[in-house]
Amino acid sequence: MTAPLLSVRDVHVSFGGVRAADGVDVEVRQGEVLAIIGPNGSGKTTFINLCTGYVKPHAGSIHLEGRDITRNTPRQITKLGIARAFQIPQLFTEHRVIDNLMLAVAARQGFWQVLAPLDQPAHRQRATALLEMVGLQDQAESDVATLPEGIRKLTDIALALALEPRLLLLDEPTAGVSSGEKFPLMDRLMNVLRSQGVTAVFVEHDMDLVRRYADRVIVWNQGKVVADGPPDEVMNDPAVLRDVVGVI
Amino acid sequence: MRIALLLALAALFVAFPLAFPWLAFVFTLVISKGFAALGVAVLLRAGLISIGHALFYSLGAYTVAYLSRGAGVTDLILQLAGAVAVSSLVGLIIGLFMVRYRGIFFAMLNLAVSMVFFTLLSKLYALTGGTDGVRIGTPTLFGTTIERDTLESILLYGGLVLAFGVGYLVHRYLKSPMGEALPAVETNEIRLEYLGIAVPRVLLAAYVASAGLAGLGGAMYGLLVGHVSPELAYWTISGQLVLVAVLGGIGGVVGPFVGAFFLEIIRSFAVIYFDNIWNLIIGAGLLIVIFFLPRGLYGLIERATQRGPRR
Amino acid sequence: MDIIIPLLVDGLAAASLIFFIAVGLTLVFSVLRVLNVAHGSFYSIGAYVAVSIGGWAASAGLSPWLSFPILLISAALVAALLGPFIEATFIRYTYGKPEALQILVTFALFLIFEDLQKLVFGVQAHYQDAAMQVLGVSEIGGIIYLNYQLLLIALAVVVVVSLRLLMRHTRLGKLILAVVADPEVSVTLGINARQVYSIAFTIGVFLAALGGALATPTSGVAPGLGAEAIVLGFAVAAIGGLGQIEGAALAAVIVGLSRVIAIYYAPAFEPVMPYLVMLVVLLVRPYGLFGTAQARRI
Ligand SMILES: Nc1ncnc2c1ncn2[C@@H]1O[C@H](COP(=O)(O)OP(=O)(O)OP(=O)(O)O)[C@@H](O)[C@H]1O
Ligand SMILES: [Mg+2]
Repeated sequence: MTAPLLSVRDVHVSFGGVRAADGVDVEVRQGEVLAIIGPNGSGKTTFINLCTGYVKPHAGSIHLEGRDITRNTPRQITKLGIARAFQIPQLFTEHRVIDNLMLAVAARQGFWQVLAPLDQPAHRQRATALLEMVGLQDQAESDVATLPEGIRKLTDIALALALEPRLLLLDEPTAGVSSGEKFPLMDRLMNVLRSQGVTAVFVEHDMDLVRRYADRVIVWNQGKVVADGPPDEVMNDPAVLRDVVGVI
Repeated sequence: MRIALLLALAALFVAFPLAFPWLAFVFTLVISKGFAALGVAVLLRAGLISIGHALFYSLGAYTVAYLSRGAGVTDLILQLAGAVAVSSLVGLIIGLFMVRYRGIFFAMLNLAVSMVFFTLLSKLYALTGGTDGVRIGTPTLFGTTIERDTLESILLYGGLVLAFGVGYLVHRYLKSPMGEALPAVETNEIRLEYLGIAVPRVLLAAYVASAGLAGLGGAMYGLLVGHVSPELAYWTISGQLVLVAVLGGIGGVVGPFVGAFFLEIIRSFAVIYFDNIWNLIIGAGLLIVIFFLPRGLYGLIERATQRGPRR
Repeated sequence: MDIIIPLLVDGLAAASLIFFIAVGLTLVFSVLRVLNVAHGSFYSIGAYVAVSIGGWAASAGLSPWLSFPILLISAALVAALLGPFIEATFIRYTYGKPEALQILVTFALFLIFEDLQKLVFGVQAHYQDAAMQVLGVSEIGGIIYLNYQLLLIALAVVVVVSLRLLMRHTRLGKLILAVVADPEVSVTLGINARQVYSIAFTIGVFLAALGGALATPTSGVAPGLGAEAIVLGFAVAAIGGLGQIEGAALAAVIVGLSRVIAIYYAPAFEPVMPYLVMLVVLLVRPYGLFGTAQARRI
């Protein structure tokens, strides 16, 4: 049993009348791959928003390696080593794919340069390597604004990888990716994460992917964690099957 | 191709005033407005419209006036440097407040601050000479006194060299991570934060740079005209700067100078007939550019001279 | 005490005029999602039209009591002529477009109006104070008040109340609220959103023009009034929270009071008080007193 990397304790948040997090307790352990499943609107994305400071909890606390980050901003939390890929890709739509990546690389390697170009060999090499990790090497020069959803999604993930995080939060990484591409993509991602010892949390609707890649699964329903454990155990639980897996 | 275009522009700037001396004044004005509009354009890249940059423009001119009269600093170079320093510093102070706002708030707050400044310029008679303004004497250069004519040549040719030098630096800045982050602020500020980039700091740098550029342009204007009054801080001047930036195109450094060139040329011919509808022409020009030339005149020239990739 | 109360009336009367600008600006913003920089022009155009017609009436020897219908008619005229036209030609083009573009287009309009006014009405200041003269003064507890100023304050209250009634209890108000809540859904429900935009915009123009017309008896009109109007109107609308009608009313009162306080303690600061208040409010509450942050869903 390793020490928790991230621990979320009794967190509450609601929007209007909707309880998106209703007393959530989650621990993310060092080095594990944790899957989050749950029906639409159950609060999965909100959980990631909470962990990264975009949504502030009304009650409860969030700690990263014992450090209280409950009130920190997304930028501060990013600096502490948590990166995040979005359910809806969040890209710089007036830039090309490679520029998006180079901005992320520069953010990691030293951003506050006034006269050195963004497009310098060190940035470009690293950006290209990242694109290869998600299989986008051919799209480097494309304008983001014209890309199909699946490719945007991959670019979005590559942006998060560029930050070399300790903890990576992926919000439905394979949504929008064609079904034949899902497993190869996850294989590549998991290789990268494992080789760098990155802890990962991913929200996923595809149960096959969850069974294959997750060390542990937590199940969300109506703002609550309703099950937590190894995939085979959790996903054979009749209550989970009925209330959650059945409706996903 | 781009270099050739630049050289052609430079040659034009040198050759025409030699043939038509009255153009020297107009061309210097173009450079001065070009600097200020470049400042506005830097912010426009982040989607931020300042309709208050006449504040920094006039501040540059008033700084020169104050330096030469109040502080006895007569050297041209020191005066220009002082104007840039003062306007950048004021830009830093105002910018600390402005970078919290976007869109209409940014535009209107800049307008509001510039209008307060305009009122102060008109009211604080002891400091600013009130609505009459202040005279700006002919400066010295490296300790030697210079004639009015010589000053005009220095401002034109020196200004041209300065435009290339400063333009190059701004170009480098716009291509740097901090510069490339500006359009990213407009398209996805949240992602920037999620990359660990402090957006307010990115914008503050841009705001200070833009204030400094406007101050530099204003200082040149003050030296050229030899006089400055509160009118220079009025919001219609800010409107002109926005038009010049949008007209020229905000894609690169050259655009605002091209925009200033067209505006001043039109103005020097139109002033005889259309002096009292100048704002109308500016407004109509803005609408025409927005509706028909979204990438500005420089975009048009670029498209005509090259079929290259975009951006 | 005997000095503060007249100052208060003064301050509130001035606040009422700014309120007329701010409330139209905020109303139009809440419906069309466009902040119209040219809104201040409608204020000054209303003022010019009012002094022009008023001047004509005076020289024709008409009763000064007719000044009041004239002020109202001037505003209605400006609204009817400019409202639907400007909305259909320029403003409509900017719906749903980036805010930068909306600012550029409406700012360009503002510049054009600025010179058009000079062309039509000249560059000198105009005064027409028949309406103020005819109402005279009243003395309450030994203090003398301009009745016209009391009327301004009363009218501002009437506008707040009628807008509230309009929005809550009329068919038009419900249509407007539906479009505000969700333009797309309201169209599928068969609401003519275009018409609603046009009407809302025209109401905004009317309120601004009315403010301008009402301002002429006490302060006249001169070039540059439009710029002052839009900036003050924006300050008040921003303090109240963009899109918040009651917020604009409260903000106008606060700004009015702040000016009174300034006149009392530090007269030199009086003209910058609205901006100082805006600065402080926006520093503490970036979306104004009644405004709420619209965080993007990610
Ligand atoms: N910023 C917000 N404002 C208002 N309501 C919100 C906000 N964010 C989330 N919600 C609501 O909170 C609930 C949980 O949303 P969340 O996006 O976390 O669900 P999810 O599990 O990620 O769903 P999905 O599978 O559809 O992505 C939903 O009812 C949603 O409408
Ligand atoms: Mg989600």
